[in-house]
Amino acid sequence: MSDKGYLLKESDLLPLSIGAALLGTGGGGNPYVGMLRARELIRKGAEVRVLPLDALPDDAWVGEVGGIGAPVVGVEKIEEGGECYRAMRAVEETAGVRIAATISAEIGGSNALEPMIAAAYAGLPVIDGDGMGRAFPEVQMTTFFIYGAKAAPAAIADEKGNVVVFKEVIDMFWLETFARGVSVNMGAAAGLAIAPMSMEFVRRAAVPGTVTQALRIGHTVLDARQKRQNVVERVVASTGGKLFFTGKVTDVRRELVGGFARGHAHLTGVGDWAGSEARIAIQNENLVLWVDDVPVIMVPDLIINLELDTGEPITTEVLRYGQRIAVIGLPVHDLMKTPKALEIVGPKAFGYPELTFNPLQPKPVVA
Amino acid sequence: MIRIGIDVGGTNTDAVVMDGATVIAGVKAATTGDVMTGVVNALKAVLEASKLDASAIDVVMIGTTHFTNAVVQRRDLAKTAAVRLGLPATASLPPMVDWPEDLKAAIGGTGYLAHGGNEFDGRVISPLDEKELLGIAEDIKAKGINTIAITSVFSPVTGDFEKQAGEIFARALPGVHITLSSDIGRIGLLERENAAIMNACLRDLSRHVIEAFRKAITETGIKGRFYLTQNDGTLMDAAFAEKFPVLTFASGPTNSMRGAAFLSGVADAIVVDIGGTTSDVGSLHKGFPRQATVAVEVGGVRTNFRMPDVFSIGLGGGSHVVETGDGIKVGPTSVGYRIVSEALIFGGSTLTTSDVVVAAGRAELGDKAKVAHLKPEFIERTQARIMSMLEDCVERSRLSPEPLPVIVVGGGSILVDGPIGGLEVIKPNHFAVANAVGAAIAQVSGEVDRVYALAEIGRDQALADAKDRATEAAVSAGALRSSIEIVDVEDVPLAYLPGNATRVRVKAVGELHVG
Repeated sequence: MSDKGYLLKESDLLPLSIGAALLGTGGGGNPYVGMLRARELIRKGAEVRVLPLDALPDDAWVGEVGGIGAPVVGVEKIEEGGECYRAMRAVEETAGVRIAATISAEIGGSNALEPMIAAAYAGLPVIDGDGMGRAFPEVQMTTFFIYGAKAAPAAIADEKGNVVVFKEVIDMFWLETFARGVSVNMGAAAGLAIAPMSMEFVRRAAVPGTVTQALRIGHTVLDARQKRQNVVERVVASTGGKLFFTGKVTDVRRELVGGFARGHAHLTGVGDWAGSEARIAIQNENLVLWVDDVPVIMVPDLIINLELDTGEPITTEVLRYGQRIAVIGLPVHDLMKTPKALEIVGPKAFGYPELTFNPLQPKPVVA
Repeated sequence: MIRIGIDVGGTNTDAVVMDGATVIAGVKAATTGDVMTGVVNALKAVLEASKLDASAIDVVMIGTTHFTNAVVQRRDLAKTAAVRLGLPATASLPPMVDWPEDLKAAIGGTGYLAHGGNEFDGRVISPLDEKELLGIAEDIKAKGINTIAITSVFSPVTGDFEKQAGEIFARALPGVHITLSSDIGRIGLLERENAAIMNACLRDLSRHVIEAFRKAITETGIKGRFYLTQNDGTLMDAAFAEKFPVLTFASGPTNSMRGAAFLSGVADAIVVDIGGTTSDVGSLHKGFPRQATVAVEVGGVRTNFRMPDVFSIGLGGGSHVVETGDGIKVGPTSVGYRIVSEALIFGGSTLTTSDVVVAAGRAELGDKAKVAHLKPEFIERTQARIMSMLEDCVERSRLSPEPLPVIVVGGGSILVDGPIGGLEVIKPNHFAVANAVGAAIAQVSGEVDRVYALAEIGRDQALADAKDRATEAAVSAGALRSSIEIVDVEDVPLAYLPGNATRVRVKAVGELHVG
């Protein structure tokens, strides 16, 4: 990769959305509509350049944008297109700065695509990195917030032209609360832009290279399918992850707790794991994997469920009896593993006080 | 009541005559290129086998894949205009944005975006603009298009804009066919719009096909009425079917699953329908197929109307059997309907699954001497491979660890011997024509979908009113009042609307009433 990064091609969008779905670790929303929107823009001649973290000077401003609302609304009231872009412009105006590039809060799921769409509108590049290296359910669960990014000014925009600016918000928790409320009034599908961050800060706080990582994973999946190779094996080798279990889903239990569907999936081992049992704690995302009652992967490390035969990522809402899945563990970036980060995104923060985060060990990546 | 059920499949046209709950006769005829010749042949053959006179037949029920095939093969599709109401929302993705280019080209690829649409809670995104719609009507007229699909944002919650726009187009373009998306699909704009567009592009074809079925039936001397079966296993009369051809799309698997339940007397099971080329596997709950919850692709287009959740694999009675370095490979290639000339047992040169079954001594078919050279060890491994393929599908279709039985139907049922994955296998009588039986036993339904203000009348009264209305709708569609059951009740509170507004959907189903 050169300092100038690379241009996203139309043929990159499908692999990007596959990689994003996989890094969604069971959540993050479906990137399908976002992929189509980005494809339309690129077909009309928009250029989206992906820039490495060292490409811009320290004093350049980076804008974090993403969709906010209910996933069920997102598939019905499809975006006008410029929602995130208009929110970003309002933030620029209020902060009195010019944004030089966009960045994603989460590379996992549908929000991987929104910064590229806003970038296409603005004629700006997008930064090769994000604030999670995966997907998490709330605005404040980003490395940006964990390492001190400001919440305000922020702005939320709808398809009709309404833009609401949050001029002063004391922290990201308040921003999450206010933005949720406004997004419902806007019809539960809107674009959110958060306070511009300096490039110097982003270089320290962002999980680097995740756009490229998602792309590479997607290309690997498609290539393996085309060559009729074992998709799961190829994904494991090319991500530096490890296969922790293969099994059949024998039970899925869910209950509504605090607005989130929480629950467990039980697996009975097949192949090398015949005779073993596993359990996955799920919320929007996969949180903890136990094999024979021993916790082996836990948040913030990535727990990825792939359909055993096709390698298709399985989201937590479609998990059901009889599916045969491979469970892959992938170490999250070091920025997500500091004591400060674990307070927000560690197992205790997700309701597992008895678990002490035991990180996965990275393995070499096989190209 | 004497009825005939017909299932027009890609390979075979199956027909049965039933007297009440008894199957009098069942036949298989080859599906013909023009479809109708095959239907006439099947009708004549089944009448002959039943020894009944054509005048004895009260009613004919037809399940057909004709419309599905038209989309898959991109033939006989009308130029269609897709009009979407929702601006300024949805502007980022025009209609048909995710269609295969050849299908889009086949129907002209004409799409329009206009104002309208609702929020999830019923609020208006923007008011309808009559002038804008009249301008679109002008353009549609200039392009010589005579069928329109109208889709409005959140129309499954509030369908008024679609109706109003439909009336505007009907006045401006007399004689034009109009499909409203809320009549067909659920929430999920692109998928529902796609289903509506597909329905619209089949409207010219549906008139011809319905007319041809009518002619085929009259030709055999049958005076009774005829119906088409739809995705949910219920009937629609000819006039309705002409308007909603898309609702027949998945009637094939539905009919075979309903037939399997009827013939076996088992209402909760996994059904495996083995044809010549593929096996369809689905799960049966209280006698009805379980519905798919995610988008289903038809002809390369994602749609979301209610279809049975059926999993298909390339395994059938005509599947090729090949020894490879990795072991034995069965399917997905198949000799299909050419099995009668290409399989070894029929003097052909292709080794198929049917050959292996005959060699194993499990079926009397063709000339057994022609497969005498197959080694017992090879036969055994092939059978094991077939059973493991079926076991995988059955596993995927199971919803719980409950040990449900597996009902095996279809012409390729000879492939199955003994339990699948430890589950009991039932092969009912007449298994080869289960889909035609499913068509013959199809019932009549009536549905309501209304919003009630519960602050005014209360939930119990609202549900009672909806059930009455659904029952009346079923009766007026031809159901016998005493047989009507309420099979589906759904009430969804609509947030942010005054008066505790709740959307109530009720479906009533009953036996067809004749006379």
